[in-house]
Amino acid sequence: MANEKQLALVIDLNVCVGCHACVTSCKEWNTSGWAGPMPDQDPYGKDPNGVFFNRVQTFECGTFPNTETVHFPKSCLHCEDPPCVPVCPTGASYKRESDGIVLVDYDKCIGCKYCSWNCPYGAREFDEISGVMKKCTLCVDRIYDETLPADRRKPACVLACPSSARLFGDVKDPDSEVSKAIRDNGGYQLLPEAGTNPANHYLPRRKINANVHEDQLARADNPLSREAEPPKFGGPTIDDASQW
Amino acid sequence: MRPAFSVLFLTTLIGAGQGLLVALVAGQLFLVVGSGGITESGGFYAVGSALALVLLALGLLASFFHLANPQRAWRAATQWRTSWLSREVIALPAVMGMAVLYGGLHWLGWDMALMHFANGKSLDLTMAVGFVTVLACFALFLCTGMIYACVKFIREWASVWTVINYTLMGLASGFILAAAFAASSGAVVTGLFSGTALVLIIAALFGRAYSLWRNARIRPVSTLKGAIGAPHQNIRQVSQGFGGKSFNTTEFFHGASADTVRMLVVFFIAAGFIAPAALVLMGATALLWLAFAIQYVGLLAERWVFFAHGNHVQNLYYQRKA
Repeated sequence: MANEKQLALVIDLNVCVGCHACVTSCKEWNTSGWAGPMPDQDPYGKDPNGVFFNRVQTFECGTFPNTETVHFPKSCLHCEDPPCVPVCPTGASYKRESDGIVLVDYDKCIGCKYCSWNCPYGAREFDEISGVMKKCTLCVDRIYDETLPADRRKPACVLACPSSARLFGDVKDPDSEVSKAIRDNGGYQLLPEAGTNPANHYLPRRKINANVHEDQLARADNPLSREAEPPKFGGPTIDDASQW
Repeated sequence: MRPAFSVLFLTTLIGAGQGLLVALVAGQLFLVVGSGGITESGGFYAVGSALALVLLALGLLASFFHLANPQRAWRAATQWRTSWLSREVIALPAVMGMAVLYGGLHWLGWDMALMHFANGKSLDLTMAVGFVTVLACFALFLCTGMIYACVKFIREWASVWTVINYTLMGLASGFILAAAFAASSGAVVTGLFSGTALVLIIAALFGRAYSLWRNARIRPVSTLKGAIGAPHQNIRQVSQGFGGKSFNTTEFFHGASADTVRMLVVFFIAAGFIAPAALVLMGATALLWLAFAIQYVGLLAERWVFFAHGNHVQNLYYQRKA
């Protein structure tokens, strides 16, 4: 089932600084919104546990001293072939035909957790209090809300990101901001071998190197260097011809 | 994976129930085809079916404890086109219904001949219903096994051996119970049941030993490189993004030490296979009941290890706190 439209996030790992603003704004918006609540257990105690739709993880790549730190925001990737959907015994887990968002119908979910076993990304988190599976909704209650100004109809995480590492749009529209970002900056999918065809893409860490050769640093025929001895040629030159 | 006790009880109880039903039908077929007019009473099959029904019902009851919202469990029968879990939700009551029908027809003695053969034998109503019961039992074994075997992100489970072993262990358990029940009833099929049980125990042991060997050698397909898409050979997690717990760190990790898991492997091989095989060989009625009880505990341990050995791809993202 190929959707005409597929909303998704594109996350630029080259820009993400790992500040967790997307994590907190996601929780703030969604715990009191359509997809909420996102309850915590023992949040201020020794052993806190809670539901989040978005996590920022940190990885270290390479071998010291040639290492680099990658901050890696992780949420539901709204796969185009979501393995979590067909396995649901009640039909509570579904993918919207209109925009490709993968959602859970809390009124149908029986809390068997089988969908979470079938997600390779660990994107679903179970709400022990309501007894239903929860997950990122791409802020479905924000992005179509016409009472909001048009530029605010974006997922809470995208609006919160201080470094604009998160882009939101339709990856099936070749002219969208996200499609251009994927095309121009080497956007990729996570765990391609899982066969899930995730809609969310990531942009890789990029280092910009200008290849400058030594002979390019000094200009041999710099016209400002008048005091230098002019080059000597055996016969008449173009300069001789043009200077009479 | 974290072993869910409701599921351990569900799969072991219904496995024994299905095995017992298959044994009863096999016993009836054996007597119809092979003997000169010796039969068991309808009461024997009826009580045996009732016993199977109790096991299946207990399994069904256990399954409800796995659900956070069991009041909507009826909805789980709706997605049978795509979900093996949904198919199991249909197959389990179907097997229970067949157990009622099979046992009930025997109890009432409604056993008209449906078809006569040239050799003087006939296909009776109870036998025909018995064949359908066996089909339903195998369909349920397939559904139960496929629930785990189709989870491709747990490579230890995603194998045909998951289905084979669930079936063999369920049948072995059911045939031991059938042998104990037949011996207590003084039925002539006791020898058939205990002999078949022995073969099934050994077959199940080989199947399970193969899957243990396979799991010990399994190589992960997915690595951190693909998980975060960084083209590096050497990637370590510094932080999983939180210091506490989450669903991802509780549901997908069993939390027991490697020694505990190893000890339980030894225990389930001894209690689930070797001890019951020895007791079935000895053959006294009390020992057959003991064999069933010991094997049941062994199979619970086996199922625990089955879960504990399952290593989910998502665990790549949850390797380090802080």
